[in-house]
Amino acid sequence: MGEQSSSHSSAQSRRRFLGNIARAAGGAGALALVVGLFARQAQTLPAQALRPPGAGPEADFLAACIRCGLCVRDCPYPTLSLADMSSDVPVGTPFFVARKVPCEMCDDIPCVKACPTAALDPNLTNIDDADMGLAVLVDEETCLNFQGLRCDVCYRVCPVIDIAITLEISHNTRTKKHAVFIPTVHSDKCTGCGKCERACVLETAAIRVFPRHLAKGRIGEHYRLGWEEKAKHGGESLAPGLVDLPDRLPDQLPDALKGWKP
Amino acid sequence: MSITRRDFIKTQAALAAATAAGTTLAGTSVQASSHIDDDIRWDKGACRFCGTGCGVLVGTKDGRVVATQGDPDAPVNKGLNCIKGYFLSKIMYGKDRLTMPLLRKKNGEFHKEGQFEEVSWDEAFDVMATKWKEALKKKGPTSVGMFGSGQWTVWEGYTASKFMKAGLRSNNIDPNARHCMASAVGAFMRAFGIDEPMGCYDDLEHADAFVLWGANMAEMHPILWSRLTDTRLTKPGCEVHVLSTFEHRSFELADNGMIFTPQTDLAILNYIANYIIENKAYNEDFIGKHVNFTKTVTDIGYGLRPEHPLEKAKTGTGGKLTKISFEDYAASVAEYTLDKAHELSGVPKDKLERLAKLYADPNKKISSYWTMGFNQHTRGVWVNGLLYNVHLLMGKISEPGNSPFSLTGQPSACGTAREVGTFAHRLPADLVVMKEAHRDYAEKIWNLPKGTIPPKPGFHAVLQHRKLKDGVLNAYWVQCTNNMQAAPNMNEEGLPGYRNPENFIAVSDPYPTVTAMAADLILPTAMWMEKEGAYGNAERRTQFWRQQVDAPGEAQSDMWQVMEFAKRFKIEEVWPEELLAQKPEHRGKTVYEVLYENGQVNKFPVETITDNAGNVYNNSESKHFGYYVQKGMFEEYRMFNSIPGVPKKGHEMAPFETYHNARGLRWPVIDGKETLWRFREGYDPHVEAGSEVQFYGKPDKKANIIFAPYEPAAESPDNEYDLWLSTGRVLEHWHSGSMTRRVPELYRAYPDAKVYMHPEDAKARGFKRGQEVMVQSRRGEVKTRVETRGRNKPPMGLVYMPWFDAGQLVNKLTLDATDPLSKETDFKKCAVRVVRA
Repeated sequence: MGEQSSSHSSAQSRRRFLGNIARAAGGAGALALVVGLFARQAQTLPAQALRPPGAGPEADFLAACIRCGLCVRDCPYPTLSLADMSSDVPVGTPFFVARKVPCEMCDDIPCVKACPTAALDPNLTNIDDADMGLAVLVDEETCLNFQGLRCDVCYRVCPVIDIAITLEISHNTRTKKHAVFIPTVHSDKCTGCGKCERACVLETAAIRVFPRHLAKGRIGEHYRLGWEEKAKHGGESLAPGLVDLPDRLPDQLPDALKGWKP
Repeated sequence: MSITRRDFIKTQAALAAATAAGTTLAGTSVQASSHIDDDIRWDKGACRFCGTGCGVLVGTKDGRVVATQGDPDAPVNKGLNCIKGYFLSKIMYGKDRLTMPLLRKKNGEFHKEGQFEEVSWDEAFDVMATKWKEALKKKGPTSVGMFGSGQWTVWEGYTASKFMKAGLRSNNIDPNARHCMASAVGAFMRAFGIDEPMGCYDDLEHADAFVLWGANMAEMHPILWSRLTDTRLTKPGCEVHVLSTFEHRSFELADNGMIFTPQTDLAILNYIANYIIENKAYNEDFIGKHVNFTKTVTDIGYGLRPEHPLEKAKTGTGGKLTKISFEDYAASVAEYTLDKAHELSGVPKDKLERLAKLYADPNKKISSYWTMGFNQHTRGVWVNGLLYNVHLLMGKISEPGNSPFSLTGQPSACGTAREVGTFAHRLPADLVVMKEAHRDYAEKIWNLPKGTIPPKPGFHAVLQHRKLKDGVLNAYWVQCTNNMQAAPNMNEEGLPGYRNPENFIAVSDPYPTVTAMAADLILPTAMWMEKEGAYGNAERRTQFWRQQVDAPGEAQSDMWQVMEFAKRFKIEEVWPEELLAQKPEHRGKTVYEVLYENGQVNKFPVETITDNAGNVYNNSESKHFGYYVQKGMFEEYRMFNSIPGVPKKGHEMAPFETYHNARGLRWPVIDGKETLWRFREGYDPHVEAGSEVQFYGKPDKKANIIFAPYEPAAESPDNEYDLWLSTGRVLEHWHSGSMTRRVPELYRAYPDAKVYMHPEDAKARGFKRGQEVMVQSRRGEVKTRVETRGRNKPPMGLVYMPWFDAGQLVNKLTLDATDPLSKETDFKKCAVRVVRA
């Protein structure tokens, strides 16, 4: 409900962009404003705007992108648009908004192939390696699955289902006989395609895709997770050879302690 | 150039304005929503979708359902819903709701090739009655027919069945449950002599292990899956085994997931029985006391048209059972060794053995679940029975946790289609038209002359389409289902049948479905909370609701439509003189008067309907007809199941009012108590003291173990059509999508069907993911897109396509092969190829 029509084609977007440029060029004052806005916008990309697959860090991408629009032209879906003056994205650069039209994750990645400057990295040949952003379940209070309902639409639409997103099950302590299925995104596998945000049935999506730097926390270098370090070490303790003395216990454990291991 | 100070100030001002606007907006909406909540009237109801039967509370304001919630006290779902249930409040308000009858017309008159024009109910029924009377006069009662639904309310099904079988004397009435549950029914009757599961949903908490046979509960029964998952999670040692012909969402939880070659479930089940016998694991005491061993006729064909080569080649017919000894039975299953089961099914031996060991473990309580994988099967009755064999050999049945459980797909497949008996061969409460004693009883209850109900079963669902095409069935009425989209082989049977110039097709629906658009007359229909209703779910739970809102425009309930149509027939027009002579008091009456103003249906006066909080509810039918119609229909129906001397005991129901004051009751309801487990002493009052177990549906109170062999599918892949096609559902859409696709959010969640294919199969054909392709069978083709990722992972050699999408009619592809016993179509197996679009 309240969803905007998202069917404007990439060709239209490009035409509108060129038209806007022409109109802007019509007045020097307006041009000055455009350039001024551009300079300001270039520093930050709005959180809902995502770059095509293969785009690197924002500053590098902006330096390499020549605003040619070829990636938009070759996108077989109405996903990519070129930013015009009405948007908060640097004018002329390609982007998509997941809630409107997500990336369909084409096997052959035509947008990357179309890029003449490597602003979209030509080394990206497997779409599963794309990093357009990261899906984050931002609102546990409205996500229906957190309430125990069986929505999990975000999970089932994921092209990398069971790898990039899983349902982690737990006991529903309220009903006492149902499970709760928590959609859980795995950041090393999520490509940021945005299908989950697009499909979220809520009036405002509870799962959203953000550029990775906005979505991801970072643990301090001064601390390591012991169990993960041990696993990395082949299951061997990083402090080998330590002993544990036997515990003094009665020969016959009381019934209440049966099965207990110190 | 830098941004000027003025630009900066402008931006800030705009930002401030936006912020202010946002705040105001949010504030307003919070106020508005609490205001809405103040005035909402909440009343209990049942979800409109699947057979789970989740309890909901329906919120009404100003004559409109504005909200729903899962009923936190409903035992099935405890306040939860799936994503379809979350959108219940939107299903009645699609923009294209039908509000006036629409008749195909040319130059102001009905014309088969005309365009739909709005007409009055009078004109609609005048034209329809003329066509029906023409057919009756020309060819008799077998030329008229009705197709109904497991989504009819209990009394809608009862009204329609009585109209057809008693009024027009035609058994040509069948429900869409034929496509869904008929094989389960057939197997219940053969094994136990009484329909519907012995257990209940509480088995989901009591079992130690679960086995899914052709059921994707994770998507199709989401709330029951939630209960099963919780048991798997919280009970130590609990395991889940899942069998299917492709990997689906239920494999997510599988401890032992098995992909088998289509149709070889028959071999796997016989292998398990063989394993149990070879290892002497069977429950000797139980089978000695409570079981008969039998075998069924084999090589029985595939329910195709008689001229089909497969039908000509068959050597057996029907389902006659022959008694055999335990030793005979053991010898019959002996050939189903682990090697053979493995070779046929392709399932690794260790997995098969693990499954067999599970069933053979006397200390594990096992609940087995199945839905369309078993039922939509050319050997559906057999395969249902083979699973009962396994449970019966072990005595793992009719007690908490030990439960072979047939899940239902529709909200009242049990309550209406099965219990009321809206099948072409059935009468209420498990009675059948073929038995004289059963017809006599129905005629006695209905105050009809002896011989009114014809003894020959009518045309079943698939046969109806064939007979329409052949011009044998000429006047046809479809209610509450989208059968043009749902029935198999649409190109060769369904569509030619509807468009046959000899036929007149009427379709009652709230929305212009594919079926409605293929009809000659469309009747606008009240749905769900626009009428007082009752549904019966998969665990024998009967649930009532009151009419919450009025239907839009001139839409009327299915029951209203049948009763009003019945007024158009004089009894002399539909009954021969020899019947009239027996009951001269019926002379000169209309069919409506004979059937519904019979002193029973019209016995209860119109009353002010209130809930316990004193809210008052409308009842459109009662207001129109001048008596409490729903109560009259239900109380007359209860004379088939709940008064002394009924032919088949075990279906007892509580009085009408009781259900309006309960969150559903599981029958048999006796002495004010529900029955959770049937056939077991202490749980079921029909079981005599000291007998432990009695399968009282059978005269000797013993269940049948029925040997049936593996036989191949009707159509298998070959060089020309090299892939298996399985069809089915998705969680987001219910059946043909006629309701769920009108909810924008559900449409967005799964907009269009696609064909799921193994990545290697796609690669071999040069397909890219998302590419447009044609799926072709010997019967038709459908354009769709290839999906090699996502929720379903077919093995190589099989593709899966859901059928909800009216833009991609997958039943142009399917074969109308049925189980010759249940007449249910096998929607899971036919041969297709996929080529570039």
